[in-house]
Amino acid sequence: MSTPVDPRPVASAEAEGMAIVARTQAQLVRRRFFRHRLAMASLVVFMAVLLLSFSATGIGPIPGWWKHDYTTVATVVDGGRPTLSVVPTFLGGDGVHLGEHPFGQDNKGIDYFALTMRGTQISVMIAFIVGTLGSFIGVLIGAAAGFFRGWTETILMRFTDIIIIMPLLAICAVIANQAGNAGPFWLAVVISLFTWTGLARIVRGEFLSLREKEFVEAARAAGTPAWRIIRKHILPNTLGVILVSATLSLAGAVILETSLSFLGFGVKPPDTSLGRLISDYQSAFVTRPWLFIWPGVFIVTIALTVNFIGDGLRDAFDPRQNKVRS
Amino acid sequence: MLAFIVRRVIAAFGILLAGTFIAYVLVALSGDPLQRLREDNSPGREERIASMTERLDLDTPVPLRYVKWLGGASQCVLPFLGKCDLGQSVRGQDVSSLLGNAMTSTLQLITVATITAAIIGVMVGIITALRQYSRLDYTATLASFLFVSLPLFWFAVLLKQYIAIDLNDWLADPAVSLPTAAIVGVVSGLVWASIIGGDRRRVWTSFAGAFVVSAGGLLVLAETGWFRSPGLGPIVVAVVGLAAAVGLTALLAGFRYRNVLYAALATAVAGIVANLALDSVLFNPSWGVLFLLLLLAVGIAVGIGYAIGGMQRRQAITTSVWVTIVMGTTIVADRMLTAWDNYFEFVDGRVIATFGSETPNYDGGTWGNLLDTVTHLALPTVALILVSVATYSRYTRASMLEVMNQDYVRTARSKGLTDRTVVVRHALRNGLIPITTLMAFDLAGLIGGAVITETVFGWQGMGFMFVDALRNVDPNPAMAFFLVTGIVAVLFNMLADIAYAYLDPRIRLG
Repeated sequence: MSTPVDPRPVASAEAEGMAIVARTQAQLVRRRFFRHRLAMASLVVFMAVLLLSFSATGIGPIPGWWKHDYTTVATVVDGGRPTLSVVPTFLGGDGVHLGEHPFGQDNKGIDYFALTMRGTQISVMIAFIVGTLGSFIGVLIGAAAGFFRGWTETILMRFTDIIIIMPLLAICAVIANQAGNAGPFWLAVVISLFTWTGLARIVRGEFLSLREKEFVEAARAAGTPAWRIIRKHILPNTLGVILVSATLSLAGAVILETSLSFLGFGVKPPDTSLGRLISDYQSAFVTRPWLFIWPGVFIVTIALTVNFIGDGLRDAFDPRQNKVRS
Repeated sequence: MLAFIVRRVIAAFGILLAGTFIAYVLVALSGDPLQRLREDNSPGREERIASMTERLDLDTPVPLRYVKWLGGASQCVLPFLGKCDLGQSVRGQDVSSLLGNAMTSTLQLITVATITAAIIGVMVGIITALRQYSRLDYTATLASFLFVSLPLFWFAVLLKQYIAIDLNDWLADPAVSLPTAAIVGVVSGLVWASIIGGDRRRVWTSFAGAFVVSAGGLLVLAETGWFRSPGLGPIVVAVVGLAAAVGLTALLAGFRYRNVLYAALATAVAGIVANLALDSVLFNPSWGVLFLLLLLAVGIAVGIGYAIGGMQRRQAITTSVWVTIVMGTTIVADRMLTAWDNYFEFVDGRVIATFGSETPNYDGGTWGNLLDTVTHLALPTVALILVSVATYSRYTRASMLEVMNQDYVRTARSKGLTDRTVVVRHALRNGLIPITTLMAFDLAGLIGGAVITETVFGWQGMGFMFVDALRNVDPNPAMAFFLVTGIVAVLFNMLADIAYAYLDPRIRLG
């Protein structure tokens, strides 16, 4: 007796949920990133913070939805205490509501929510400019040094060594002291002149190994100009490293800018930033701790979420990474 | 090797020259020291402008002024050239003497921070690498992300306002409630259980053990009034010494060969005897005597290891020296705490200091002053090392994981070596090599952090001097800061390069 043979054909790989779909490298990376739960949660929180800060007080001429302005002086109500309440009534709280001044008021009666949102806007904007411009300079210098080698490399890398030995915070304080007067934009530009060193070294390392590869040799043999080889053949292969590094440098830039502003060398009045707010209200800490706590919470939230996003990107771009963790 | 070192020294010299030049130009352009005088309309304005111009040499063009400044500054760096001259501040003080005082307190802060951060970070890194993907590993990963994202200035102010004040209030009336003890016990139990690991039974045993020891210990200490007047005494020193001998032997050599254990125990006994015999010497020794005693102790430890070690001589010497270090630290802590009561009274119960680097007018002998320094260092160090601990632990973890997956480690395991031998003698040696580079790199970050920490905690250090100079548009003190940090950075990068080339033979010297 033989066992009855199943008349149907052997279950294909597809039927068992093992379909092998051809995916491009970009799709693989995207998939890995979107499956990184912590990074996705961070992305959502980060976007929410951005949306909140930019919509609340408005951008340039466009007004925001929040009723108070970050410059309007008003009478201080209830010692400027925050009216935000998140404990529902059935738990013995005041119920969930925003109130008139959710983050409280400062000593001049300015609504602190509006002020914090404005500070977040400026800080994030500076961080974006520093992150992108700094990374751009780093890629440019690293690529040139790694690709051309010889004297170009020696000069550029010695220059990097020179910049790297100066404490970043200190040298930024020196230049930001003047640049801060010209407004946040120029402050950001000036800071990014000193934050590129790390990426330049990484990109140079990548270029050094990639320029010896066969496909680059083939491109060179076909008479492709150097600029095109860099742009079309080598750079796309280093995109992951650059993107990760740029994201992490954005988180670093938030901390750097707020630190500078805290010391009084960054954003100057009438502009404000999260670091500036903390510095301004540091002395009021004992009597009005919320003036100190709120900007700090926003700095930590922004820096932490951006760091997590960068970590997610790093995992996504790492070809050795198959398992997606947490 | 020699050619490599010489080339590195020359390169470092050039980088330092160029770096100081750029810094000098930027500092000179960062503000006009005469601005305030020009706006001043009181009589005698012209003379004051003239004297300031002369004092800061403002009539000389910037590059030339740099050369002049370099001439004076080089006498500070190279010995036997003459008097050190870093120019004058706007108030007419000599910058080199200003720098002398500021440098001591900053270097103190940075040294303590570097050592603490490296020890904690490397230990956490090794443990999380050995327990990869455990709950402890995830917690440490999350914590390091949080530490990197915390703005130092914000955290420092929080520490100052909450931790310091609450801790001081608690020290004034040290009582431990049952729930507090229970919470501390649970936390300690969780940490130890995940570090020790193993099967379920072992996890529960270690949890229970840690819980009882921490919670019970806390309660007993509070009941007996230990927190009111803390101290160790010779018995605790003896127990710690013997425990260190057994523990370090288990960690570094194992009990398979008894010689190492005997050497470690003999060292511990020698330490205990020395602690009792030298009681009068240790009552109030000078720093020189303490240093000599330390050298002597290490020498004795090496001798004991050499004499008793037998076939395991090297391991015996290493273990004995580590036992000496642990015992020495305990003895110093013991003696330091003898000054507690006196100090407590002097500072009116506010033991954890939040301002400055020393209590004015306090002189409690060697131990009292040490206690004073420690209480002043505590908070700034905690604030400063967060980022460094995160970096060290991540770096160590990554490097250890990489090494642990290599073929030679698998070979070591497959020939039947114990876990301890594989980790301590095979993996650790290669896994910790990259840390040398990290130390040089991290130092620059710590110096930047010191600028903020000193501002928040009111330390009269270099960072404080720098911020103050920048606010008052005072170029020479600001430049002195860049000179010192530049020298430190260049020196440590160079040392790291040389150490790396020495430790890792794969590095080509070229």
